[in-house]
Amino acid sequence: MKQLIRALLAVLIVSFVLIFIVFRLNSSQGYTSGNTLTIFNWGDYIDEELIKQFEDETGIKVIYETFDSNEAMLTKIEQGGTAYDIAVPSEYIIDKMIQEDLLLPIDHSKLPNFQYLDSRFLDLPFDHGNKYSIPYFWGTVGILYNTKILGDRELTSWNDLWDPAFKNQILLVDSAREVLGMSLNSLGYSLNDKNKDHLQEAKEKIDALTPNIKAIVGDENRLLLQNEEAAIGLVWSGTAQEIMWENENVEYVIPKEGSNLWFDNMVIPKTAKNVEAAHQFINFMLDPEVAAQNTDYVGYSTPNKEALKYMDEEVVNDERFYPDEEMTSKLEVYENLGKRMLAHYNDLFLEFKMHTK
Amino acid sequence: MKSKSRNFYLIPYVIWIALFVVMPILLVLYYSFFDIDGQLTFDNYKKFFTPVYLKMTFSSFWYAFLITMFTLLVAYPISYLLTKTKHKQLLLLLIILPSWINLLLKAYAFIGIFGTYGAANSFLEVIGIGTKQILFTDFSFIFVSVYIFLPFMILPIFNALDELNPSLVDASNDLGASKWITFKRVIFPLTIDGVKSGCQIVFIPALSLFMLTRLIAGNRVITLGTAIEQHFLVTQDWGMGATIAVFLIIAMVLIMILTGKRKRGIL
Repeated sequence: MKQLIRALLAVLIVSFVLIFIVFRLNSSQGYTSGNTLTIFNWGDYIDEELIKQFEDETGIKVIYETFDSNEAMLTKIEQGGTAYDIAVPSEYIIDKMIQEDLLLPIDHSKLPNFQYLDSRFLDLPFDHGNKYSIPYFWGTVGILYNTKILGDRELTSWNDLWDPAFKNQILLVDSAREVLGMSLNSLGYSLNDKNKDHLQEAKEKIDALTPNIKAIVGDENRLLLQNEEAAIGLVWSGTAQEIMWENENVEYVIPKEGSNLWFDNMVIPKTAKNVEAAHQFINFMLDPEVAAQNTDYVGYSTPNKEALKYMDEEVVNDERFYPDEEMTSKLEVYENLGKRMLAHYNDLFLEFKMHTK
Repeated sequence: MKSKSRNFYLIPYVIWIALFVVMPILLVLYYSFFDIDGQLTFDNYKKFFTPVYLKMTFSSFWYAFLITMFTLLVAYPISYLLTKTKHKQLLLLLIILPSWINLLLKAYAFIGIFGTYGAANSFLEVIGIGTKQILFTDFSFIFVSVYIFLPFMILPIFNALDELNPSLVDASNDLGASKWITFKRVIFPLTIDGVKSGCQIVFIPALSLFMLTRLIAGNRVITLGTAIEQHFLVTQDWGMGATIAVFLIIAMVLIMILTGKRKRGIL
């Protein structure tokens, strides 16, 4: 017994020493509580230099973590293991987060730079009056195709994908709403269609696409398309931009039937510990020059009207990434379908994936 | 006093088993009875017996079977040759070395190797076969899985072969058995335990592989693991995900019983 107590004491002492060392290390790097900002963002979705600039300007230490899907992010925030001060979810998840009371309202008086945002991208159905969210980037879903492999063939419509000439050439993304959405759009239905017959029809239509599909992948699609592993890809506009920087043979098109308009938005989760710093960060990111630099790096489209002035004119006038009003009117924002409907979408998507060649 | 203090020392292990073995299984079982709205229901079990999930279960078993079989076919001769070499421990280490590298890293490397412009296709081009699609096929999926599981199959078989008493083989030879008969009647039956534990270690994880199905098979192979991931992370239908997990646990228990070790009287 005596030995046991002695061993226990030793363990306790070692633990305390370790805690002390960790504490000292943290404080020497500036990680003291009240002085840190934990950001939860998509991978490779910010110019890291800006984080440094923010740290230098404000003296706040930034802890930066990344996620690779909205759902994974939501699960982590719901579990509440880490107290994130800022998260950057997409719009349809924000609706859900508001309903589940996971977000803190944003104090607009602390965001003088809010005025620079384009009104086209404010006050949208998922968050009226931008009470909880501030747009970070926006973009579209479209078709990326390789002109070197396909020759002169120009793609303009979703229905072009079903051309038998493209056998084994298409890379899809592993995401139910994008893939079913493509099919719904091609049939002339809404991306938020809740009619089960329409959805069944859309599912059967993508089943018919199977011979043309090479693979259904995640973020690897960027590398695969860049290396000309496949000629056609269903991609988000930002991914398209990144691929275009690396490979000159690819072209991006928003199909004429319309497509998805998506937003990634900065929000403050309820678990946030440093709400003040979170506002400071959001305001910092809304600064036109900062937004311009970030947009140059990330390649997605910025909702910041003033920032466009600091950017390359060629980029700003590129209709593929900054479509005109007429095209924007055909784009649809995803609505929160509710758990049951979302499950139905995913069940159909799973069935489609099971549909073998 | 003695037995009391012994019980006292047991406490950490009991807590460990209760928290990390019993609790998770009970929780999985518990969640499997709830639908997406949190209502108590048996629907998840009904849903499992629809064609979609039955087909998925069948394909999971089929691919896991193929992976295990090919791994065994490759691992047995390697282990056998290893026991015959001079520096067997060193060579064994070299074979096990790749398992120290992260699985994802290996998968990404294979995307490069099997790609249209990758090393494998350059080789096919040189020997005159020409570029083929290798990535996103059944072949690449099984090849990469076998490569990843190989060390886990080799280790138990190697140990079994290494412990085999060589005089038994000599006796078989002396009594006029051919090499094949010796292998079939003496060596293989005596190392069957190694083969069994190797198969268990490979088959069970192979049943619920999921990252490789996307990275290497491009979601052209759908296993139960893929479905569990989707239900937990995307759909948030924990009930259905848990139900699939319950069936996987049942399947694994059955496999353990079927391939369980039996005491043998030889040696």
